[in-house]
Amino acid sequence: MSRLVVVGNGMAGMACVEQILKHGPKFQITVFGDETHVNYNRVMLSSVLAGEKSADDIVIHTREWYARNEIDLRVGVRIVDVDPVQAFVTGDDGSTTSYDKLLLATGSSAWMPPIAGLDKDGVFAFRTLDDTRALLARATPQTKAVVIGGGLLGLEAARGLQVHGCQVSVVHLMATLMERQLDPPGGQYLLTKMEQLGVRVLLGRSTRAIVGKTRVEAVEFSDGECIEADLVVVAAGIRPNAELGRKAGVTVKRGIVVNDYMETSSPDVFAVGECVEHRGVCYGLVAPLYEQGKVLAATITGHRGPTYTGTVQAATLKIMGVDVFSAGDWANAPDHVRFEDPGQGCYRRVAIKDGKLAGVILVGDTSDSHRYLDWLRTGTELGAQRRELLFPPPSSDAGGDVAAMADSFTVCGCVGVTKGAIIRAIHEQGINTLSQLKECTRASTGCGTCASLCQGLLRAVSPDFEDEKKKVICACVPFAEDRLRDILRSQKLKSVQEVLEIYGNGVGCEICKPALSYMLDMLWCGDHDEDKSARFINDRVHANIQKDGTFSVVPRIHGGVTSPDQLRRIADVADKYRVPMVKITGSQRIDLLGIRKADLPAVWADLGMPSGQAYTKGVRMVKTCVGTEFCRFGTQDSTSAGIELERRFEQLYTPHKVKMATVGCPRNCAEATVKDIGLVGIEGGWQVVVGGAAGKSVRKADLLITVEQTEEALEAAELFFQYYRENANYLERTYDFVERLGIEKVRKETVYAADAVREGLRDRFRKSKARAKDAWLEGQTPTHPTQFASIDPIDRSVRLLPDPRVPV
Amino acid sequence: MTESRWLAATRCELIPPREGRSVWIGGREIAIFNVGDGFLASDNQCPHKGGPLCDGIVTGRSVVCPLHTWKINLESGAVDRPSSAAGCVRTYPVQVEDGIVMVRLPLGTADREIIQDCQIVQA
Repeated sequence: MSRLVVVGNGMAGMACVEQILKHGPKFQITVFGDETHVNYNRVMLSSVLAGEKSADDIVIHTREWYARNEIDLRVGVRIVDVDPVQAFVTGDDGSTTSYDKLLLATGSSAWMPPIAGLDKDGVFAFRTLDDTRALLARATPQTKAVVIGGGLLGLEAARGLQVHGCQVSVVHLMATLMERQLDPPGGQYLLTKMEQLGVRVLLGRSTRAIVGKTRVEAVEFSDGECIEADLVVVAAGIRPNAELGRKAGVTVKRGIVVNDYMETSSPDVFAVGECVEHRGVCYGLVAPLYEQGKVLAATITGHRGPTYTGTVQAATLKIMGVDVFSAGDWANAPDHVRFEDPGQGCYRRVAIKDGKLAGVILVGDTSDSHRYLDWLRTGTELGAQRRELLFPPPSSDAGGDVAAMADSFTVCGCVGVTKGAIIRAIHEQGINTLSQLKECTRASTGCGTCASLCQGLLRAVSPDFEDEKKKVICACVPFAEDRLRDILRSQKLKSVQEVLEIYGNGVGCEICKPALSYMLDMLWCGDHDEDKSARFINDRVHANIQKDGTFSVVPRIHGGVTSPDQLRRIADVADKYRVPMVKITGSQRIDLLGIRKADLPAVWADLGMPSGQAYTKGVRMVKTCVGTEFCRFGTQDSTSAGIELERRFEQLYTPHKVKMATVGCPRNCAEATVKDIGLVGIEGGWQVVVGGAAGKSVRKADLLITVEQTEEALEAAELFFQYYRENANYLERTYDFVERLGIEKVRKETVYAADAVREGLRDRFRKSKARAKDAWLEGQTPTHPTQFASIDPIDRSVRLLPDPRVPV
Repeated sequence: MTESRWLAATRCELIPPREGRSVWIGGREIAIFNVGDGFLASDNQCPHKGGPLCDGIVTGRSVVCPLHTWKINLESGAVDRPSSAAGCVRTYPVQVEDGIVMVRLPLGTADREIIQDCQIVQA
């Protein structure tokens, strides 16, 4: 078997090797990588820097893959020389390896512009996983970071650093950000968005020197201006690593020159990826790698025939919430159609030449980028589409968008997977999830922008596709809640206003503000920036507003078990404040109705009881029966269990209200089987039931688990409770939540989950609980001087009579 | 022509950003809102069922009534939502002087004698 040596263990080399393997066992393969890692998705380094993904998440080929395919992987070895006459390569460890065929996939390196002082400590490139780790180690809050280069990579690096609390400035030589991809107006929209994120942008600055003794202290521009810096990232562009091509004796211009069959000027030397130059173009994007790899694999395995004719250049900026897409040649076309919506931060430019799409720029909303990319790739005559240039026509059915595509339509441009291939895979392999689809076809494993399109295809074609309800919260923050939770978590956002300004319309409304408030409280286990203005009035003053603007007060009576002393205090309060109505609630509590806002703190103080949270989306009560204490049928001490359950969960907030009950026997006197969480005592144990309802909906709760000990029952309830807090949409009751997910899935991810998963849920629950406190304590220490107090007017000198036109 | 007068209602810092507070002034219950870049004032009753507008969630330059989520434009007093709703809320000019929120209230004819010692401005 002949020997193939691959120099370069990156995306291009390994994508090509994958294709070569498809032609059967032709070679004994050795792969050299100068990095010490297995092949990872370099495109996703920005996501690693931003904390959205871990290094493990971006691994493409595991060591097992290399072993399974009998590839000899040599990591941490840099090939420094090629002897084309005797056909061997030399590594920096002194080793020599002979080859029959040599594949150069050496990629490119960060280009270092001629700036003095680049050797100072604190100057980094942003190209490899090691670069990324080094940056992460330095990216601490308040670090002054300067990113040189306002292109794709520079902006992604800037945002990544800023997420870690760095004060980031982007310095760009040109007058427009991403000027190779964006026109000046598009660049301006992007600039506005970056500045809203809190990244400072300095345009038209040429960097002269990095200043500092041994460590970076400042960055100096050619006009003498200086800005402070603790950390400098150089992202000024990339250069093909073509040196080994020269040593191998093949033609090299900017890159290693290849023809349409991916052949170099030598029959035994091949090259693929960013180190090559094809038809005068060196690519720096992911899509061409796969196309080139396929052609090269055919040629090198003796199936010469397929040709590579170039790739439509398309770029997507990968910053959450900043959507930018650019493709084709928009600059040199005669006709342009533009659209701008400054309020939404949306900009579109569609360039037309000879009746076909020449290029496109999308800023703010890139959801239909695939449409344009397909027109570019296929050279579609736009006659019929001229009226739909800016936005796709509204599809009459959900699958319309997908149905309108031809089978040859390229869904995943990175890996080159067509709609037809995906549909075949779905039918033949019985695929019904996105991860299965990725595994099987590799679609959506490159830059990931086609994920929604793949989902659409699955939804339309797969008989068993489980579509998750992906409703955006509201127009102010147009994200589905699970995505939003990811955003808030990864971007470390802690205040509602911050979220609205960066990912929303800056204003918010009565729907999204309370939802965001809840999410932040839950995600940060109470360690968020509480903003009362984003809360409904009930949560501003911890009481339930009534039709006349007064409030109701429900003190917490754990398990509904009270005492003469408590009852006396409640009666005294009712007298003292002339409470218009005192009522026993349906949940074994006492409600004092008709209390003025200004009296709330005094009422709470006089009661001396904690908040019953009857006004909020939180832990309401645990209704109990008398259980074994007194009842002759009771099999379990439901009263004590209920009180304990209430004490563990009280003061926490939930997506919607959580009502609970514990009963000592299946007679179910406290109605546990129609509660959000119920404990039903049986002979020798407990049944823990969840997702019940007896309100607007009526639903019998599902059995979560049956256990023997009370403590086990409480723990199961705790797991479900935290799982619901973390995964339900805001205002989704447990009965909708359980029904949406299915009780099997809920069980699998709570009581039957792996130890680490359960421990994670418990840990976050405990953290939240540790920070939680009785909301009524704010009565003594208000968050604002007028939180409860009514405002006295300064000017009391006049008393104007009511205007006769305005009814009082 | 109705006569009116600027009255000192409250100190700015007593109304946190994006919240409202009610102030009884000149015989009326006025809701004053801190909308972030300034203050706006209206009657405190929602035209729907009289809900206390000052307790609503502020969204831009509108407020959402806490009782039944009617949305009231605080500049014009118009009901933004529901769109079918008739009626509107009376709004009042506001200005800030030395950290004091001043509201210009119209005067009924009977008021004039009571406030004769005060300066009266023409609306």
